[in-house]
Amino acid sequence: MPHPEEHGLQVPYSLPALLGMIIDVRDHNVLKVFSSPAGRSRFGAIVSCLALLALSGCSSAPGFLWPNGPVADAQRQHLWLVIALVMIVVLPVFILTPWLVWRYRYKSQATYRPRWSFSLWVDVLIWGVPVVIVALLSVALWKNTINLDPYKPIASDKPPLRIQVIGLDWKWLFIYPDHHIATLGQLVIPVDRPVSFTLTSATVMQSFIVPALGGQIDVMNRMVTRLNLMADHTGEFMGRNMQYNGEGFYAQQFTTRAVSDSEFATFIDQVTTQGQPLNAHAWGVLKQQNNWKDVARILNDGLPPPAPMVAFSQLPASLFQDVARHQPIAWNGSTATDTSGKDTSHHDRTPAQ
Amino acid sequence: MTLFGAPLLGRMTLDALPFRDMVQHPTRENIVNGLIASGAALMVILAAITVLGLITWYGKWKTLWCDWLTSVDHKKIGIMFIVIALAMLARALVEAFFMRAQQAVGLDGGFLSPEHYGQLFTTHGTIMIFFMAMPFLTGIINYVMPMQIGARDVSFPVMNSISLGLTAAGAALAMISLVLAPFSTGGWTGYPPFTELAANPGPGVDYWLWAITLSTLSSTMTGINFAVTLYKKRAPGMGLMRMPLFCWTALCTSILMIFGMPPLTVATGLLALDRYLDFHMFTADLGGNMMNYINLFWAFGHPEVYILILPAFGIYSEIFSTFSGKRLYGYTALVIATMAIAVLSFTVWLHHFFTMGQSAHINAVFGIATMLIGIPTGVKIYDWMLTMYRGRVRLTVPMLYACGFLILFSIGGLSGIILATPSIDYQIHNSLFLVAHFHNMLIPGLLFGMLAGYTYWFPKAFGFQLAPRWGYRAAWSWIIGFMLAFFPLYALGLLGMPRRALSFFNPTYLPWTISALLGAVLILFAFFGLIMQLWQSIKQRASLAVPIGDPWDGRSLEWAMPSPPPEYNFPVLPSINSHDAFARQKGSGQHYETPEYYEDIVLPANTAMGAALGGAGFLMAFGLTWHMWWLVILGAVAVLVSLVGRGFVRQTTRTIPAAVVENQHRAWMNAVLETTPITRADEQTPANQGLPVSPREGAVQ
Repeated sequence: MPHPEEHGLQVPYSLPALLGMIIDVRDHNVLKVFSSPAGRSRFGAIVSCLALLALSGCSSAPGFLWPNGPVADAQRQHLWLVIALVMIVVLPVFILTPWLVWRYRYKSQATYRPRWSFSLWVDVLIWGVPVVIVALLSVALWKNTINLDPYKPIASDKPPLRIQVIGLDWKWLFIYPDHHIATLGQLVIPVDRPVSFTLTSATVMQSFIVPALGGQIDVMNRMVTRLNLMADHTGEFMGRNMQYNGEGFYAQQFTTRAVSDSEFATFIDQVTTQGQPLNAHAWGVLKQQNNWKDVARILNDGLPPPAPMVAFSQLPASLFQDVARHQPIAWNGSTATDTSGKDTSHHDRTPAQ
Repeated sequence: MTLFGAPLLGRMTLDALPFRDMVQHPTRENIVNGLIASGAALMVILAAITVLGLITWYGKWKTLWCDWLTSVDHKKIGIMFIVIALAMLARALVEAFFMRAQQAVGLDGGFLSPEHYGQLFTTHGTIMIFFMAMPFLTGIINYVMPMQIGARDVSFPVMNSISLGLTAAGAALAMISLVLAPFSTGGWTGYPPFTELAANPGPGVDYWLWAITLSTLSSTMTGINFAVTLYKKRAPGMGLMRMPLFCWTALCTSILMIFGMPPLTVATGLLALDRYLDFHMFTADLGGNMMNYINLFWAFGHPEVYILILPAFGIYSEIFSTFSGKRLYGYTALVIATMAIAVLSFTVWLHHFFTMGQSAHINAVFGIATMLIGIPTGVKIYDWMLTMYRGRVRLTVPMLYACGFLILFSIGGLSGIILATPSIDYQIHNSLFLVAHFHNMLIPGLLFGMLAGYTYWFPKAFGFQLAPRWGYRAAWSWIIGFMLAFFPLYALGLLGMPRRALSFFNPTYLPWTISALLGAVLILFAFFGLIMQLWQSIKQRASLAVPIGDPWDGRSLEWAMPSPPPEYNFPVLPSINSHDAFARQKGSGQHYETPEYYEDIVLPANTAMGAALGGAGFLMAFGLTWHMWWLVILGAVAVLVSLVGRGFVRQTTRTIPAAVVENQHRAWMNAVLETTPITRADEQTPANQGLPVSPREGAVQ
C-alpha cells in the first residue's frame, strides 16, 4: 500500500502535527503513532465508529470515513483536524451555558453585577482564540485545497488510466478511450494506479462522486470538468450522482470495482470481445430517461443483463468530445485513440469549444 | 386537451387536479400519492372556507378590511406578516414530516412517487425560506423596530403595506399550487438547465418562479423601508450607538436585503425570459450558461443566510440582556461583529459551489473568507454567555429557546467550518450533511429566535402573556425534536447519502432515517404545543393580562408604553440620552412621566394599495403560470390603475387630536399608579400586570 505522503496528501490531524506543519518541522518522530499507516487507520476507525455509532457495523459502511484511496483518506484526516480545532471554541459553550444558567439563576446568592458589560482582557481572549484557530485552519485549508485539487494529477510511477464520463438521465457512461470500450453501471479501475477522469453531461447538471475514493465534481452540459482519484485497496465501492436531476436521481448509482492489474486486463479483454456496439441505436436508448438496468434490458431484447453492467466495445472515438461540444456524433468515425483527453494540464476549466 | 379552450384556461387541463392520475391509472403508487395530494388540496380548500365562513359568521368583513387589510400601521402589518409565517410554517412542517416518513421506509422503496417527493422538497424549501422565515423576521422587525427607536411608524407606510400584499400573493400562489398542481421539482434553488423548458416544460417551475419573484420584490421594498426608517426616524438623542442591538441587526438585514434580493429577482427574471420568450440565458445550448444563474442565485443566497440569522441574533441579544437583568456584554463589539458579518456575507457566495471545477486557489480564498465569518459569530456566542455571567438569569420560555440556541448553534458553526473547507466539502457537498448543517443554523438559529421573539413580544402586541406551561413543552420538543431529526442527517451525509433522494439501497442508512422520523414527529408535537399555548392563553387572557406593558422588566423603549400600544406608539416622542433607554429611565425614576403638553398626532391614512397590488400581482403570477394571457393583462391593468389612482388620492394622512391622546395617556398613567409592582419571582404568574418593581442601583428586583 503506498503511503499517502508519497502523494503529498498527508494531513496530520493532531494539533502538534498541525503546528509542525505550519512551522515546517521536518522531524515528526513524536507523531509516528499518528502518521504510521497502521496507527492512523486504527485510530481513525475507532474515532469514526465512536462518532457515528454505526449500528450495522463499520466495515460495511460507505463514505470517506472508511477511505480506500489517498484522496479520501486525506479528506477524512482533514475532517478530524477541523473538528478537533473548532472544539476548542465549541466545547466551552456546551459546558458553560448550563453552568451559567444554574450558577446565576434568579434565586441564587451569586454575585450580581448588573452594570458590568465589558472587560478588555476577556475581549482579547474571545476575539483572539477564534482568530488563532481560524489562522491555523486557514493554513491547513490552503495547503489541502491545493494538494487535493480534483484537477491535480496524482503523483505515481504509473501512468494514469484515462476515463471519460458522460452523465446521462439517470446513469453514467464510462468510456475507456485507450481501450476503445465503454461500460454502464459499473466502473472498473486498477488498484494503485491513478485514474484521470474527464467528465461532461449529455443532459442537465449532475455531480460525480465515489466517496470511498474522493470527489465530487460537478458534471455539466457543454462543459468538461476533471477529477483525479486513486484506489489503494481492492474492493467494491458505491459511486453516484449527488445533484438532483429528476425522478430517477435517487437510483443513479454505480459500483466501482478496484481490481488488481491482472483482473483489470481480464476485464478489458472481456469487454472488448463481448461488448456490444455503441451505435446510434444504442445511443438513442441511452438518451432516454431510464437507469442502466433499463438500458441493459432494452439492449438485451428484454432479458436480464448477463453481467452487472452493460459493456460496449465499438464506439466512435470522438463520442465524448461530440457530446461535450454539442456537435453531431461521428458514428462512422474511426475508433482510433482520441487526443483531447490526453492533456492533464491544470486549468482546462472553460466551456468546451 | 383543455377544458374550455386555450383562451380562457390557458394550458390548464384536468391534469391539474391532484387526483387525476389516481383516477386515470389506479395503480397502488398513484392511489397513495393521489390521496396524500388530494388530502392536502382538501385541507387548503377547507381552511379557506372555514376562515371565510368564520369572518362572515361573526360579521367581521368590515373590521378585517378597515382595521387590518388596508391598515398601514407598522404593528398591524407586522402581525399580519407573522400570521402568514405561522400558517406557512404549518404546511411546510407537514411536508417535512412526509419526507421523513418516506425516508424512514425508504430502503429500496417507500410510498411516495419521485415526482411527489420532488415537489415536497421544493415547496418545503421555498416556503420555509421565502414564506415562513422572511415574513416572520419582517413581521417582528416591523412590529418592534419603530418602537425601539422611538418612532411612530416606518418611513414608507404605504410601501410597507404593498410589501405585505406581495408576500401574501406569493404565499397564496404556493398554496393554490396544492389544488391546481403541480409545483416545481427543481429544489428551492431551481438550478437550470433542469428548470429550463427543455427539461421541465410544465407549470411547476413557473409557479416557483413567480412565487419567488413576488417575494423578492416584497423583501427589496422592505429592506429599503427599514433602512430609511432606521436612518431617518430615530427619536431625538437616539444615536446609532444607542440603538438596541436588535435595531442594529435590523439595519444590517435591511442593507443585505437591498443588495442581496435584486440578484435573485434578476435571476428569476432572466429564467422567465428563457421560459417564456425563447431567450437562452441559462439553457444548455445556443450560448446559454447555467453557471451565471448559479452565481446570481448565490449572490442573493449567501447574504440571504445572514438576512435570516441577523434579526434572530438581535432578538437573542435583547432576551439575554433582559432575562439576565443586566446590560448586554460587549455592545460595541457586537455591533462591529454584526457589521463584519454583513459585509463578509457578500464575499463568500462561491462556497456554495466549490465542486464546479474552478481553480483551487479561488476555492481556498473563498474557504478562508467563509471561515472568517466564524470569528465574529463565535465572539457573539461568548458575548451572550458573558451577558449571563454575574446576572440574575430567569429561565423563561424565550430564555430556554435562547440557551438551546447557544449550544445547538455552536454545533452548526462547527459543521459550517467543516463545509467551508473545500477539500472536505468535495465529499459532503449535496449530501445530507449539508441539509443537517443549514437546518442546524436555521432551526436553532433563526426559528428558535423567531419563536423566542414571538413569546417575548406577544404580551406587548396583545396585552396578555402566553401561558408558559405549553410554551415550555413546545420549546423542549423543538430542541429535542431538532436533535433527533437532524443529528442523524450529519451521520447520513458522512455515510455518503445525497440530499433530495427518494429512496436508498444501503441498510446502514435505515436506523438514522428512522431516528430522523421520530424527530420530525416530535417537532410536529412542538408545533401542536404552540397552538395549544395560544389557544389556552386566549382563553385565560383576563388573568394573563399585562396592561401596563412591561412584563419582563424590559430595557428598551417598546416596554415604556401600554400593552397593546396605542396606534401612535408614543404620546410625545421621547428624548434619549443613553443606551438601554427605558432601563436607565427606570433606574433614575424618570419613567412614566406625564409630559407638559400634548400635541395633535398626524398618522398616515389607510390605503387599499397593498391589497390591490397584492391581488393584482397574484392574478398576474397565476395567469403567467398557466398561460392565461387575459388574466395577465387584467392584472397588469389593475396594477396600472392602482398606481395612477393613488396619485389622485389627496387625503393621505389623518390626525389624532391632542385631547384624545391626553385622555388615553392619562388613563394609562392612572392604571400605573393603581397597579401593584411585582418582582421577577412572579414574572410568569397572573400577578404580573406588566409593572416591575423599580431597580435599585441598576439591580433588577
